Formats: sequence, structure tokens, C-alpha cells
Amino acid sequence: MKLQISTECQGHGRCYTLAPQLLSSDDEGYVTISGGDPIEVPEELRELAEDVVGSCPENAISLIED
Amino acid sequence: MKRLVVVGASLAGLRAAQAARKAGFDGELVMVGQERHRPYTRPPLSKEVLAGEHTVDRVELPCDGLGIDWRLGAAAASLDRPRQRIILKDGDEVAYDRLILATGSRPRRWPGPGGELEGIHVLRDLDDALALRKAFDERPRVTIVGAGFIGCEVAQTARKEGLDVTLIDIAPTPMLPLGPELGAWCAELHHEHGVDLRLGAGVAGLTGDRHVRAVELTTGESIPADVVVVGLGALPNTEWLVGSGLAVDPGLHCDGTLTAIGDPDILAAGDIVAWPHPLADGEAIRIEHWTVAAEQGLLAGRNALVEPRERKAYVSPPYFWSDQYDVKIQSLGLPGRAERVELLESTPDGSRRVYGGAREGRLVGIIALNAARRLGSYRMALEDPPAFEELRASVAADPAALGAPVGAA
Repeated sequence: MKLQISTECQGHGRCYTLAPQLLSSDDEGYVTISGGDPIEVPEELRELAEDVVGSCPENAISLIED
Repeated sequence: MKRLVVVGASLAGLRAAQAARKAGFDGELVMVGQERHRPYTRPPLSKEVLAGEHTVDRVELPCDGLGIDWRLGAAAASLDRPRQRIILKDGDEVAYDRLILATGSRPRRWPGPGGELEGIHVLRDLDDALALRKAFDERPRVTIVGAGFIGCEVAQTARKEGLDVTLIDIAPTPMLPLGPELGAWCAELHHEHGVDLRLGAGVAGLTGDRHVRAVELTTGESIPADVVVVGLGALPNTEWLVGSGLAVDPGLHCDGTLTAIGDPDILAAGDIVAWPHPLADGEAIRIEHWTVAAEQGLLAGRNALVEPRERKAYVSPPYFWSDQYDVKIQSLGLPGRAERVELLESTPDGSRRVYGGAREGRLVGIIALNAARRLGSYRMALEDPPAFEELRASVAADPAALGAPVGAA
């Protein structure tokens, strides 16, 4: 399972404040993996990853199942 | 539970349905919605959709694969709790075992003279946005009554197209939750971008022939207008619950777990919910922000599957944002409840700033201007709000902060 974030990120910061275990921000407040490679999500963080997907006001986040 | 019914097919209702499915609910899931559209996201309506930059499909929220029995274009008329049924306007009934109420809110219309004229717009749903977009194609003079979120965002979108814009409010500054100092900054921002602001100005009425032609101020001044946008806030859609025995005034009163007071089979999410928030000292608050609707929907969907004692409370500090010209305004907590709002950190040129709101000596909310990266630390602080002076000292000592406010010791 992977999290992917598109270039639609507008820096609301919901995702990385909700899941600092998975995501962090750059100096401008955009999530660091915006527009980049997806990151691996361990199975025990599935619920958190799902919350992260629904938290994005820009619909920029998707969860890719293996 | 066999049948979960969600009333309200917008963000909060959809997030509830998604959360219930993800948490393993495999019974019947019915979604009742007043609009003919499937759920869509509203923030772009006053920005990209109004500007004509986003097409309709860009605002649709993904909702396939959830096994939802959709009842769209169907307004709920009443709730019969003893029989556990929703009665729709067309007389149909929908039975439930558990119910999630997420009927949202509707815009306040112009209540005074002239409200029946053509050319008067509100902006709440997709059809409103498309109608206003169409009106903008005629390059109208746009007069906006109400300088809140909608008024300010419509003003900036109209100015980006070079339309003549007048923004009127009876309050002395726009965006009231920002407080007077930041409100004055916001007024200046609009002024710099060519908006004609009339603050502290009462509106006596709208006049015209068949079509609106002017907004008449109480001072006697007449502001010409081809299009009037009314942005006077929203009212929760709860009238249909009056008579159900639930506590409605006008928010639907819930406990911290978003369970309706007095009925554990009914939960709620989004604009209609009045719930006790720790940042409000346990007073019931009602919030009309996107993220609150999204997060409450998610929690209500999960909580609906378990018994009341296992339900979790919604305690997140509310978040909102507003894009105005080149500034992203972001807020956490309840700055509208602050007794004073003070600058906490700023880049030397002032282009990025964070303000804190204090109430009874404690942090109650923050407002950030182009300072998204600073939100995380304040979000944590707001979970257990520090004394304001303590916060100020810790920000001053924080190497990641933007910098000391100009003029600070």
C-alpha cells in the first residue's frame, strides 16, 4: 500500500499534521512528496492513511493498494 | 445494524458513508440528497469554478464502489423517531437502524426590499456558481453585499477578471473572525486590488426595473450594479427536524461524539452540528468549515457502527483557509473567540506572518498569512492550549519560527 500526492497540493497541511509518521512539509508548507514518488505505508497505519486521503481539501492524495 | 441512512449528500455525508464502509459496514447504505448532483467539493466554487478555470468534473468527489443506494433530488421533510423513518418531501419513507444527519446549510437570502429582482445571486452550490459564472461573461458591474468569506472570495475572483467590484458590509472590517487589526489589513488588500469598499455601510434595499440596477445605502448613496452577490452567511438546514424531539436551536445539539442528545441511533456531521468543543470551554459551537465537515463525517461514520460508550469525541482545532489574491489565509482553533489578536512571528518583509488569538490569557486560535509551514506546531499547541505569554516566549525561542515581529523587544 502506498500514498501518492499529486501536484494539486496547496499547503493546507492537513495530511502531515494528521500523519507526521508518514509525511512532512517543505519550507513553503507543501507536503514534501507532492508530485513525487509514492511512499510505502505499513499495514498498521492503514486507517491513518485512509484518514489522510479524506483530509485533503484539494483531493490531491490517493492510496494505491499493492 | 442492517441499514445505515445518511441524510445529506455533500462532503460530510460522503465521508461518513466512506468511513462506515472502510470500517467494515456491509449492510444497506442509503444516501438521501436534496441536490441532483452527487457529492462535490465546494471551496473551488467561489474560486476556480467561478473563474471558469475548473470544469464541473473537477469538483466531483470520488464516490464509486461504496455500494450506496442514492436518493438524489430528494429533500427530507421530517423525522419520525419512534418508527425510525425519514419522510421525504414526495411522501416516500426511508427506514433506518442508524442515521447520520448531514444536511448542511443554505445561504441567507437578501431579506430587504428588492429581493425579487433578477440579477441577485448567492453562492452556495454548484448551480449557483455556474449561474454567477455565466453572469460574469457579460462583464457586469458586481456589487457584493457582505464582506465575509464568500463576499471576499467572489470579490477577488471578479477583480482577477478586471470586473468593477464594490464590496459592502455593515461591519467596519471584512472577515470578522480575523478581528479588527487583520480585518483592516484584509480591507487594504482588497483596496490595493481595485475593490471599492464600503464598510460600516448599511444597505437599505436593492432597486431596478425587472433586473437589479443599484444597491441603495442607508446614507442615501446609490451604488450601480448589474449583478448583486449576497454573502450574508448561512443557515443550518435543520427546520425539518423540528418536531422530531431532537434539540434544534438552530444547530442540532450533539455530545462530543457527534451523537444527537437523547438518541444514540442518530449522529450528525458538518454545518448543522452544535457540539461542545474543548477550545470553547465545553460550550456548544457550530462551525461551517470544509475540514470540520470532512473530519466530523469520517468520525460520525465510524461512531455509528459502535455503541455509545465506544464512540470517540471530535476535538480537533477547527481549520479554515481562504485564498485572496496572492495571500493564503489559514486559521486554526477559534480566533473569533479571542479577546485580542497579536502578531507572533513575521518574516522581515512581513509577507509571511502568524497571529495568535488570546482568550482569558490562553491561546484560543491562530491566523497564518502565507505561513503554512508554521501550522503544525500551533496545531499541537492548540490541543492543550498554553498560556499566551508562554507561547509567545516559546515562539521567540523557536529557530524554525519566521522571525520576531518588527518592533518587538
